[in-house]
Order: sequence, then structure tokens, then C-alpha cells
Amino acid sequence: MLESLAVFPPLAAAVIVGLFGRRSLGDRASQLITCGGVLLSAAVAIWLFVTVALGHNPHTVHLFHWFGSGTLQVDWALRLDTLSVVMIGVVTVVSSMVHVYSVGYMAHDRDIPRFMAYLSLFTFMMLALVTADNFVQMFFGWEGVGLASYLLIGFWYEKPSASAAAIKAFVVNRVGDFGFSLGIMAVYFIFDTVQFDPVFAAAGSKVGMHFTFLGTQADMLATCCLLLFVGAMGKSAQLGLHTWLPDAMEGPTPVSALIHAATMVTAGVFMLARCSPLFEQSPLALEVVTIVGALTAFVAATIGLTQFDIKRVIAYSTMSQLGYMFFAIGVSAYSAAIFHLMTHAFFKALLFLGAGSVIHALSGEQDMRKMGGLFKVIPKTGILMWIGSLALAGIGIPGVFGFAGFYSKDMILEAAYQGGAVGQLAYWLGIAAAFFTAFYSWRLIIMTFYGSPRADHHTMEHAHESPPVMLLPLTVLAAGALFAGWLGYDHFVGEARGEFWGASIYVAPGHDTIEAAHKGPEWIGILPLVVGLLGIFLAYVFYILKPTWPAAWATSLSGLYQLIYRKYYFDELYDAIFVRPAFALGRIFWKRVDVGIIDAFGPDGIATATRSASAGFSRLQSGYLFHYALAMLVGVLVLTTFYLILGGV
Amino acid sequence: MAPWPILSIITFLPLLGAVLIMLLPQTDAGVRNVRWTALWTSAITFVVSLFILVYYDPNNPGFQLIERAEWIPGTGIIYQKGVDGISIWFVLVSTFLTPICIVSAWTSIQNRVREFMIAFLVLETMMVGMFSALDIVLLYVFFEGVLIPMFLIIGIWGGQRRVYAAFKFFLYTLFGSVLMLLAILAMYLKTGTTDLVVILHSPFSRELQIWMWLAYFASFAVKMPMWPVHTWLPDAHVEAPTAGSVILAAVLLKMGGYGFIRFSVQMLPDASLYFAPFMFTLSIVAIIYTSLVALVQTDMKKLIAYSSVAHMGFVTMGIFALNQQGIDGAVFQMLSHAIVSGALFLCVGVVYDRLHTREIARYGGMARTMPKYALVFAIFMLASVGLPGTSGFIGEFLALVGTFQVNRWAAFFATTGIILGAVYMLVLYRNIFYGEITKDDVRAMPDLNWREMTVFAPLVALTLWMGIYPSSFKDLIDQSVAQIVEHQQQATGHAARTAVIPAPLTPAVQVEASR
Repeated sequence: MLESLAVFPPLAAAVIVGLFGRRSLGDRASQLITCGGVLLSAAVAIWLFVTVALGHNPHTVHLFHWFGSGTLQVDWALRLDTLSVVMIGVVTVVSSMVHVYSVGYMAHDRDIPRFMAYLSLFTFMMLALVTADNFVQMFFGWEGVGLASYLLIGFWYEKPSASAAAIKAFVVNRVGDFGFSLGIMAVYFIFDTVQFDPVFAAAGSKVGMHFTFLGTQADMLATCCLLLFVGAMGKSAQLGLHTWLPDAMEGPTPVSALIHAATMVTAGVFMLARCSPLFEQSPLALEVVTIVGALTAFVAATIGLTQFDIKRVIAYSTMSQLGYMFFAIGVSAYSAAIFHLMTHAFFKALLFLGAGSVIHALSGEQDMRKMGGLFKVIPKTGILMWIGSLALAGIGIPGVFGFAGFYSKDMILEAAYQGGAVGQLAYWLGIAAAFFTAFYSWRLIIMTFYGSPRADHHTMEHAHESPPVMLLPLTVLAAGALFAGWLGYDHFVGEARGEFWGASIYVAPGHDTIEAAHKGPEWIGILPLVVGLLGIFLAYVFYILKPTWPAAWATSLSGLYQLIYRKYYFDELYDAIFVRPAFALGRIFWKRVDVGIIDAFGPDGIATATRSASAGFSRLQSGYLFHYALAMLVGVLVLTTFYLILGGV
Repeated sequence: MAPWPILSIITFLPLLGAVLIMLLPQTDAGVRNVRWTALWTSAITFVVSLFILVYYDPNNPGFQLIERAEWIPGTGIIYQKGVDGISIWFVLVSTFLTPICIVSAWTSIQNRVREFMIAFLVLETMMVGMFSALDIVLLYVFFEGVLIPMFLIIGIWGGQRRVYAAFKFFLYTLFGSVLMLLAILAMYLKTGTTDLVVILHSPFSRELQIWMWLAYFASFAVKMPMWPVHTWLPDAHVEAPTAGSVILAAVLLKMGGYGFIRFSVQMLPDASLYFAPFMFTLSIVAIIYTSLVALVQTDMKKLIAYSSVAHMGFVTMGIFALNQQGIDGAVFQMLSHAIVSGALFLCVGVVYDRLHTREIARYGGMARTMPKYALVFAIFMLASVGLPGTSGFIGEFLALVGTFQVNRWAAFFATTGIILGAVYMLVLYRNIFYGEITKDDVRAMPDLNWREMTVFAPLVALTLWMGIYPSSFKDLIDQSVAQIVEHQQQATGHAARTAVIPAPLTPAVQVEASR
């Protein structure tokens, strides 16, 4: 049961520190316990990666029975195959870096034990999610990370914007979970079990079967997959259910790095990859995933062009990169999606923590319009941000070496090109998004680190490089951003991929877009690099050579600019069609229906009648007795009549 | 088999305590003795009630620990008690929560303590008696008997509009009870007995079933309460003292659900199947409608009261799915709701005792000053939202799974409840605990004291236990439910699951072509 040591230490740490941290343990002990817990998990996770993924030894550890009802039986288990050990590795490594970083970043906060306990709780829930061997346990982890995310976004709960963002994140995720839980119900309805193995084994036999769903004869597998996909959309902030992610930046920056960039938001990608045997049987579901993913990648990238809050730029970048992972899934390039998930975890956590270092240096400033010229002040952070951005933009020299994104993003785009007409649409939207990505990344770099300082004199004087406890984790992540793609390519998507993934990912015959991509024309793989370099160059032109251009463009295209800057008015739209009507309906139901109709004609009406009827009695209570007696009499009459009519049944 | 009549003992032990309290001298020291006597009585009752689990045979899904005696000779009306895997838990919930309520009322009830404790112990006798009765007349007596102490608790120790609330509560419930009595009479006239076990196996004609079903429906729907006969509940909860609210939410509402299972589903299988779509409709309306109403409440107790109606919507829906998951889920949801909503009302009581207002806007920012309270409230809030790992998830999820098998429309609409439920509870939690503290009296409130901690500790433990390892409770439930479902399906010749229809014209292999 050594495997359990990868999952449970963070839970133990969270419980101990959560209950006793503030009173008995103190800040330092709380930090040691939580960091120790997650570092232990990370060590075991690396061992698991070596034995399970590289040693080809997938197995499942059953812990105990959770609950059951008829044929619906749910266990607590640890399913360890290549897919889950990759996820365990990513989660524990990034989480331990974030834990350590938080020791420095949150040093001046007054609730250090609570923060560390929440981080560890999150880590446990995420591990429970990725090790699930049935849909319900996955749902447990799924909701659990949602809870941790809610607690951490609202960590500074005295700020109204933080608690509002926390609620929004939880509720929008619940909209996704609405789909997910219906999906689980559909899985059980179709397969009579919620265990992964029997469900996946039977998936092929259900192709072309239909059932009545909401008045239609719906294809069973497509319905089931699309419902599950709604859940994935919520957790992974796909277009339509993405509005919570930018607001989630209200949480402390380490939270944004861990939950809202590296791990939790990728749970949707993981879930779809886990369900590959289901999705492979439903071409319709795959097409929907591709289209939604591609649109998300594109739309989020455009919004990223216009934002000024350094964390929001990176947040939209995250959403856009998640879009890439989704359309990779849509074209059956599951391994490419997980590959990008892994590399993205490193470089995006790096970017967020780097941004945190910038914010830390400027005493909490997040607006890039008030930054500039920081490279001389915080050069180490500057270099690390450069590495992260190069990895995000996917820069590299073909055939020699590239940053992490160079391998994973290119693989996704190349595979998409091979994925039929819908795949090609995704390819071109992805190319456009890659161009925007490079542009906004260097817009961020230049606005933050170059040019003349725009922060006030006082802030600049106090600007300082972060302490080693923050820079060390950044360095580890930077190593990932530098080498993860180069090292992982062969196993994840290259020659060795079949052996590496084993049975954890299923690709139907004829769907292997990665195989096709390896044989595709050269220019498909070169184009993302070209547009990336072009984007960097254009950012250089806009923000260094011609600094008046951004404002001028924003004015001349003001309609379009406003649309994008206002994030396509999703929030306003949802507010108008969901939030306000819900409250208005609530008020109408309460005041007009409950009080106005039901009470008025029901009890209150009868009460008035009773009061007048019992006027002869001095006390109100006697009225009840009278009424009781009367009702009994009426009852007996009704009964007698009833018997007479039915002739003594 | 128990060597002693355990069910009768736990039914009448509280009554004995009540008599004892009556005999205590009416002095100042007497008030203290009254409280301790009530607590000891209820605590002993609870401990004794645990022996039911010892004597209960987990492999027998039928009624057990049966006690039988003549009651009214010559009429066929008997005194008969017994429990199965469903009612056993309701008996235990009643005996478990009564001492907790008595502790919670320790300081908050200051006038007429003697009468209050007597009313409470009598209430316990009625509740335990009702859930363990195996004779429909006996059951009816207890079912109605509950009304009297509850009516007094609301009407005497309630808030400002207590008389109105008590009146409304009484009137609504009375309306249902009368019709229930009619149905009981009909059953008696038809079978010549009031033995519940015999009646369970007596088939009734379809027409008679439908009439009787409607009569029972009137009674149980009010008790649940179901939309649109729910409006007594918010008023009763708001006006009742904390301990009254707890018992009302935790136990009294469950009498409706228990009745639906015992009478409607078990005795009237054809009618239950016939009315299932009707019940789905009302349940869905309850879930969505009352969730929206809960959203705009400004009074904490009213909000939780409306949320109870929504949660009971899942129960009625699950019951009338008429399959294993549905009824399992419904029973479990009732048990979970008993613990969680009871605890939430106790939570409201904590701040009400300190500030004497239930107005949500009067509070805010208390996470800073009352961290223990914030944690306890958070756990129950999350259980109410149905977070997996808490008791709230299992029941809600199973009821939905069961419903999905038979009616996708109903499952679809009911599932929206998981979104709405999150909204109103999270907003409530934010308004009480988050933000800056702006009011001095709120800042001055002390965190939970040891007495409050002892009240909450077992409830927190149960909430998590029922969420993480529900099998301890569910195994007994499952067996009895399986028997009920089997009986139901035999009687109606209907498997409560629509067949999967393979579409004949769709080719089985079409994946390759489209790519």
C-alpha cells in the first residue's frame, strides 16, 4: 500500500494544520507539515512514474467500499496507469513547488496555517480525482477541488470581490457538474455500472443504440459523452462556462499558479482522456469537443491581447491553452493533449509565480500600466519570465532544441491538421491563437520589464528581488519549461508512445492523427513557429518602436476593441439572462405566489372563515376543536357517500 | 429477537420522565433538576435505543423485534410494534436528536422550563411510537399525537407571530390527517384488521387504491411538505424555538416520507405507479421553485426552511422512482437531512441566542471572530449543498440516479437543484461569515462554548461518517428497500426501468466513414 503515500499525506497535513495550525502549531510548523506532506507525495509519485509508466505495471489498489445500491456499486480505489501517474506526478511536483513558494509569498499574511491547509486539501482532492477508478469517485475529487478552489479564491474573504469571485467559481462549476452528474446517470443507465473498466469494455457494443432523452430518440453514447463534456467545460473554463476563471485571479497568486493554471483547470482534459474509449465511439461528441476547444483557444487569445492586469493576461492565456488541449482530444490526439497539459503545467505555473514575484516586488501592484523598466531591478524574475514566455510561445530550432511548448503545441496543431475538416478549422484557429499568444506574451514582458518605469517613485524604491524560498521553486519550474518537452517528446507522442501509454488511452483504428502528423508535410509544423516569431516581432514594434500605436489602434477599431476588452460581454449577458431573472422569479414566487395566492386562498382564507364561524366561542383555540369536529363529520359523510357510490367495494 | 420489549420501553421511557418532572418541586433548584431529569431521560432512552441495533438481525429485511398485544378487544385493533431496515433509523434519529435538543435549549428556554421539557419528552414518545408502530390505528394515534406537543412548543415558546404560525401549522396538518383517517377506515373496512403487516400483503382493487392514495397523499404531502402545501413550514420554523425547529425539520418532516413509503408505495402499488409522474412534477416544482424563493430570503431560518422543501423534493422524487436507487436515495436523503438541517437550525440558534435576530444583514465578517463556528457552519452548509464526502451527496445522487432510470425529464430538471442549492447556501454563508465586520455587537460575540461544541461534535462526525462510509447505515436500508421494490414490481408487473431501445435502422459501425 505504498501507493497510498502518494495520495494521503496532503490530506493528513491539511487536517492537522487546519484544525490545530492557528492555535497550537504556529506558522512555521504548519508550513513544515504541509510542505513535508506534499514533498513526500511527490517523491512517491516519481517512484510511481518510474515503476508504473516506465516499468509498464498498471494496477489498481482497492481501498474500501464507498456505497452501493442495487447494481450501482462504488469503491474508493487508486487506479494507477500511465495516464494517472503522469497526472499524479504533475500535480505533486507543481504543488510542492507552490507550497514552498507560498512560504515566502504569504510570509506577511495573518492566516498562514489556513492557507497551507487549503493548499494541501486541494492537492489531496486533485489526487483523488486522477486516481479514481469509477465515475463517482472522480466526481468526489472533481467537487472536492471545486471546494478547495472556492476556499482559496475567497481566501481574503474580507474583500467583497474575493468572496464574490469564489461564489461565481463554485456556481459556474456547478453548472458544469450539472452536466457531469447527468452524464454519470446516463453511464449507469447505459452500462449498469459506473466502474471504468466494464464501461470502457462495453462502449463498442453500444454504438448506434438510442434511448429516449428529453423527448428525443438520442444516440446513447453521444448523449453520454456530451453530458460529461459539459462537466469538463466547466472545470476547464471552456467557452461559455469560462467566466469564472478570470475572476478567480482574486485569489493569492500561488493559488492561481497551482489551481487555475497547472492542475485543477486541466481536470477536464484529463477526464476526456480517461474516457477516450467512450469518446472514440462517438464522432459527433469528438467534433463538438474540437469546435469548442478551437473557439476557446481563439477567443481567449484575443481577450488576452487587451487586458492590463498581469494575472488576467496569464489567465486568458491559460484558457486559450486549455482550448488547444481540448481540440487535441477532439481529433483523438489524447497523448498530445496530456503532453501539452504536462508542459503547460510547468511553464504556466512558472509564469504565474513569476508574475507573483513581480507583484511581490511592487507591493501588490497588478496593473501593467503601472509597471515597466523592472528588468534592472528584478533580473532573476525577468529571466525566468522570459523562459516561461518562450515556452508558452513554442519557440525552438527544429531538429535541435526547443522550449517545452515548442514540442507539445506543435504536436497538437500538426495532429489537428490531420483531423478532417473540423480538425483543419481547429488548426487555423490554433495558428491564429499562436500568433496572438506570442504577441500578448511579449506585450506583457515589455510592459513589465522594459521601457521607463511607470510605477511611482516610492514603489520603485522598495522594489526588490524575491527571496530564495520563492526563486528556488521558480528555478525548478523553469527547468521543466526548458526541458520537459525535449525529454518527454519520445515517450508522450513520439516513437515510444504506444508502449508508454499502454491501455490507459484508447484510439480507434483510423483515428491516429499523431501517426498521420508524423508523416504530414513539413510546413504544417513550421507555421506555428513562424507566426510565433512574427507575434514577438509585432509586440516589439508596437510597444518599443512605435509606442503610440496600441492606443491609436484601439481608437480606430474602437468597436472591435471594446467588444474584446469587455470580454465579449459574457458576464453582462449571463447577468441579464440568468442571475437577475432567478432573483426576480424568487421574489415573485415568494411574495406573489406563496403569500399572494397559496396563503391567501389556503390557510389564511380558511382561518378567516373559521374565525367568523367560531365567533360564538370566546377562545381561538376552541375554534380548532370546532373545526376538527366539523371536518371529522364532513369526512364521515364523504366516506359514506363514497361507499354508497361504489356500492361497497 | 430481543429478550425485553425494547421498542415499547423506548417509546414510553420519555413519558415516564415527563411524569417524573411533573412531580418535582416547583422551586428555583427545581428548574435545574427539571433540565437534568429531561436530559438523563432522553440520554438513557438513546442508549437503550442503540440496543435495537444489537438485537436487529441484519440479514432479515422484514419487520423485527415485534411486540404484540390486544388493545381494543373485538375490533381487530391491536397494539403491535416492530421495525425494519428503514424505520429503525428514524427511531434512532428521534432518540439521538432529542437529548441534543434538550442541551441546546439549556439556557435559551428560560420561562416555563418544566412545561417545555414535558412537551419535549411527550413529543419524543410520539415520534418513536409512530415510527415503530405496526398497526395503522396505533400509528395514526401517534402520527396525530405529535401535533399537540409541537403545537404547544411553537405556540408558547415561539417568536412574535407564534400564534399565527402554530395555527397555520395545525390547520394544514389537520386537513391532511382527516383524509388519512378516512383511508385508514377504508382499509379497516376492507380487510377487517388494522395489522399493518397483514395489510401490506392485502391487495386492493385499483379504483380503491387510487382513492386511498389520494387521501394519504393529502396527509403526507402536507407533512413533507410538498409544493404547494408547503407554506406552513417557513412560518412554523421562523417562529418555533431552536429546539422545536430542529425536531420539526429533522423528524416531523420525515413522517411524510415514511408514510409515502409505508402506505402509498407498499400498500397501494398500482396507484403509486399511476401517480408517479404527478409526484415527479410536484417534486421538480418544489426543487426549483423553493430554491429560487430561498435565494431571496433575508431571514436565516426562512431560508433554511425553504431549502428543506427543496431537499424533500428529492425525497418524494426518489420514492416514486419506485426502484432500488430511488428509494434508497430517498431514505438516505431523509436521514442526512435530519442531521444536516437539524444542525443548521442549531447553527442559527447559536447566533440567535447571542444577538436575538435572524436577519441575515445584521451579521457579516464572523469568520474572523468566530472561526470554530465558521468551520462547523461550513461543514453543514457543504452537506446541504450535497458535496461528495458529506452525507448530503449520497441520498441526492441516488435519488437522481433512480429517477433517471425511469424519467429523464424529471432527472434533468431536478438536477438543476444542485446548481440552485449551491447558490443560496453560498450566498448565505458569504453574508454571515465573509466581508469586514462593521457592527460592534457582531464583533463582540464569543465563539462556540463547550456546551455548543458538545452539541455539534456528534453531528459533524455523523455528517462525515455518512458521507465517507455510508455502508454502516445503508446496508440495513438496502435490504428492506430491495424487498419493497420486489413487492412493488410483482404487484404491478412493471419493472421500473424503461427498456433500452436499439434503433433498428442505424448501422452499428459508422465511425470510420465520418472522419
